[in-house]
Amino acid sequence: MFGTFDINFVIFGVMPYVALTVFLVGSIARYERDPFTWKSSSSQLLRRKQLVWGSILFHVGILTVFFGHLIGLFTPIWVLDALGVPYGLKQWMAVLIGGPAGIAALIGSTMLLHRRLTDPRIRVTSTWPDIIIMGLIWLQLAIGLLTITQTLQHMDGSEMVRFMTWSQSVVTWNINAWVTVVDVHWLYKLHIFLGLIITILFPFTRLVHIWSGFAAPFRYLLARPGYQIVRSRRRRPLDERRRAFDEVQGEAGPSATTPAE
Amino acid sequence: MRVRAQIGKVLNLDKCIGCHTCSVTCKNVWTTREGVEYAWFNNVETKPGTGYPTDWENQKRWNGGWVRSASGKLQPKQGAKWRILANIFANPSMPEIDDYYEPFDFDYDHLKSAPDMDHFPTARPRSKITGERMEKIEKGPNWEEILGGEFSKRSEDYNFENVQKEIYGEYENTFMMYLPRLCEHCLNPTCSASCPSGAIYKREEDGIVLIDQEKCRGWRMCISGCPYKKIYYNWESGKSEKCTFCYPRIESGQPTVCSETCVGRIRYLGVILYDADKIEAAASAERETDLYGAQLDVFLDPNDPEVIAAARRDGIPEDWIEAAKVSPVWKMAMEWKVAFPLHPEYRTLPMVWYIPPLSPIQNAAQAGQIAMSDQMPDVRSLRIPVKYLANMLTAGDEEPIVHALERMSAMRLYMRALSVDGVRDEAIAARVGMSGRVIEDMYKIMAIADYEDRFAIPTAHREQNEDGADIRGGCGFTDGNGCSSGETGKTTLFGGKKKNFALPQETF
Repeated sequence: MFGTFDINFVIFGVMPYVALTVFLVGSIARYERDPFTWKSSSSQLLRRKQLVWGSILFHVGILTVFFGHLIGLFTPIWVLDALGVPYGLKQWMAVLIGGPAGIAALIGSTMLLHRRLTDPRIRVTSTWPDIIIMGLIWLQLAIGLLTITQTLQHMDGSEMVRFMTWSQSVVTWNINAWVTVVDVHWLYKLHIFLGLIITILFPFTRLVHIWSGFAAPFRYLLARPGYQIVRSRRRRPLDERRRAFDEVQGEAGPSATTPAE
Repeated sequence: MRVRAQIGKVLNLDKCIGCHTCSVTCKNVWTTREGVEYAWFNNVETKPGTGYPTDWENQKRWNGGWVRSASGKLQPKQGAKWRILANIFANPSMPEIDDYYEPFDFDYDHLKSAPDMDHFPTARPRSKITGERMEKIEKGPNWEEILGGEFSKRSEDYNFENVQKEIYGEYENTFMMYLPRLCEHCLNPTCSASCPSGAIYKREEDGIVLIDQEKCRGWRMCISGCPYKKIYYNWESGKSEKCTFCYPRIESGQPTVCSETCVGRIRYLGVILYDADKIEAAASAERETDLYGAQLDVFLDPNDPEVIAAARRDGIPEDWIEAAKVSPVWKMAMEWKVAFPLHPEYRTLPMVWYIPPLSPIQNAAQAGQIAMSDQMPDVRSLRIPVKYLANMLTAGDEEPIVHALERMSAMRLYMRALSVDGVRDEAIAARVGMSGRVIEDMYKIMAIADYEDRFAIPTAHREQNEDGADIRGGCGFTDGNGCSSGETGKTTLFGGKKKNFALPQETF
C-alpha cells in the first residue's frame, strides 16, 4: 500500500475536499452559532495612516485576482474552444491582468502588514489569527507572482489547461484529478497548497467578512427598496392588521373604541 | 395616514447646569467595556466649542446627514448606495479615534506601590488602547469644558456662521451654554440608511433606533453617515454601537438613565404620535429653514378624534394614546413651541429636541439699563446671540427662537407678578399669544418639573406579540451574542473573546 503512496495524492486529491468541507461547514456553523463574531475587524478607527491606500490597493487587487482565478480555472475548456479563444491568448490575458493586480495587492498587503506589525495601536489590538492570515496572504501573493516567471517560459497555455482540468475535475468529483498536476513546477504546487491552507483557515479568521462583502451589494442595492429599515414586533403586516381591525368594527373606516391587537 | 408612536425627548437647556451626571451614569451603565472607553453615548459640550468629536458639526468635512438633489430626491451626503459600497475598503469620511480622544487611565497603583524616593510619586497617564505611557494628553472627554482653550479654536464652532464672532472673544462679551448630546433617534436616520448590511433599524413601536449586533459587519458607514457622530465603532468587538435609549428601561416604563439621574431635571420623555407617510416629504423640504416646520407637520395631535381613531386602527395601544395626550414633549414642541430639533438642516428629522437657554442682557452693563421692548426684555439683546441659537436649532431662522425666548421670559414675568404681587397678569400672557392658565401649566412642567410631569412613558406591550412560554428559560438581555459567549470549551474557535460574565458587585 505504502509503495504506491504519493504525497501529491494527499495534497491535490484529498486535501481540496477537506478544505472545501471545512470552509463551507465552518462558515455555516460560525454564521449560525456565533454571528456576533462575524465581522470585518476594521482597524480604521485606530489608525487611518497606511490603511486607506493599503486597503484599497489590496482589496481591488485581490478581488481582481480572485475573480481571475475563478473565471480562468472554472470556465470549461469546451467553452474556450467554442468561442475560438486560443489557450495562449488566455494565458497572456491571465498574465497581463493578474500580474498588475497581483502586484497592487502585494503592495497593499505589504503596507497593511507593515502597519499591523509596527503600529503600536494596531499591533496590540491584533489577534494571532489576524497576523497569521495576513502573513499567509502576503506569502501567497508573493508565490503567485513568482509563478509568473515559470508561466512565461511556456506561453502555449498547456500548463494552464492542466490547472483548469485539475480544478474542474475536483469539483466534478473526479478521483484522478490529482494526476494532472503531479509534475508541474513546485512553485505552482506550493501556491495551490497554501491556497488550500487559507481555505481551511477561512472560517476561523476575519476572512469570513468576504462572504458579507459579496452579499452586501445584493442586500443593499437589490433586496432593500429604499434607505430606511423599520422593524416591528408585531407578526402581521399593517394592511392585514387594519383589515382585521375593520372587520371587528363591523364597518370600514376608523371609528373604533377598542385597540387593534 | 400611517400612525406610529415614538418616545421623544426634550432637553431644557435653560436649566442645564453642565454637571455631566447624565454622561457619567450613562457611561457607567453602557460604555465601560474595552473598545468603547472613548465612546460617550451621552456627552455634554460647552458651547461655543468644536465639540466631541472635534468639529462634528462641520458636514463639509464629515459628510454626515442627507442632501437634497435638484430634483428633490434625498440621498446621504456621503453618497448614494453605490458610492457608499465603493467606500467599503476605506471610509474617507470617518473620524479617527484621535478626533474623539485616545482613551487613557492613570497609574494609580504607582501612588501606593512606589519605593521610597526623593520625589513624590505621581499617577501618570497610560493609553487604554496600547497600555503605553502617554507623555502628553492632547485631548479628552469634554476638552473645552467651560470655555477651556483659546477663543480662536473655540470660535471654529460651526454655529458662528453669519455671526460677527470677534466680539464674543472679549471677556466682557463672552457667553457660554451647555449642550448635552445623545443619539437623536431620528425619524429619517442616515446611519441606518448608510448601513450596507441592514443592521440598523428603527423600532416601529417606540421609534428607538438600534444596531443589530449580530448583523453588523463593521463596514463603518453609519459612523460617517450620522451627522451627530453618535455612532461609535467598538474597536474590540469590531461592531458599531450607539445610544440604545435605555430601551430595557423604556419598555418597562422607566426613563432613560440620563433622564432619571439628571440633576437639573432638564430632561423630558413622552409619546409623540407621527404620520410615517409624511416623513419623506418632510425631510426633503426645499429650503433648510422649512425643515423645522415640516417636522412639526409630521407630528399628529393626540387630542384629535380622527387621529385617535386612526391610531387605534394602526395598532397603537390605548395607554400609548393616553400617554400622548399628556406628553410633555408634545406640549413643549407643539403647543408652546419652545422646543426645537438640533440641526434640522441635516434632514434626519431628529427626535431629541432642545429648549434654547435664556441668558443675561448683553448691553445692560454698558447702557446702565436693561434693553426693553414693550416692558419685556428684548431677547435679541441677550448675551447668547439669537443667530447662534438659530444656527443650532432652526437652520438659521431666528423667528421661532425669538418667539420661544419671549414666551420663556414672559413666563418669568407672569410668575413673578403672581408670586410677588399676587396678580394674574393676563396681559403678559396675551403679549406672547398665551393665556395665564397655559403659562402656569408651562411653569409647572418646565420650572417645577416634577418627576411625574417630566416622564410620561407607557410600557411596551410585549404580551401582544411575544409568547411567554417561548421566552421562558431564555438568556434575557445579553451582551450582543445571544446566549453564546463565543466560547467553545477552552479555546475560542471563532475568535470570540473568553469572558466570564460578571454580575455587578455591590460595594459598601
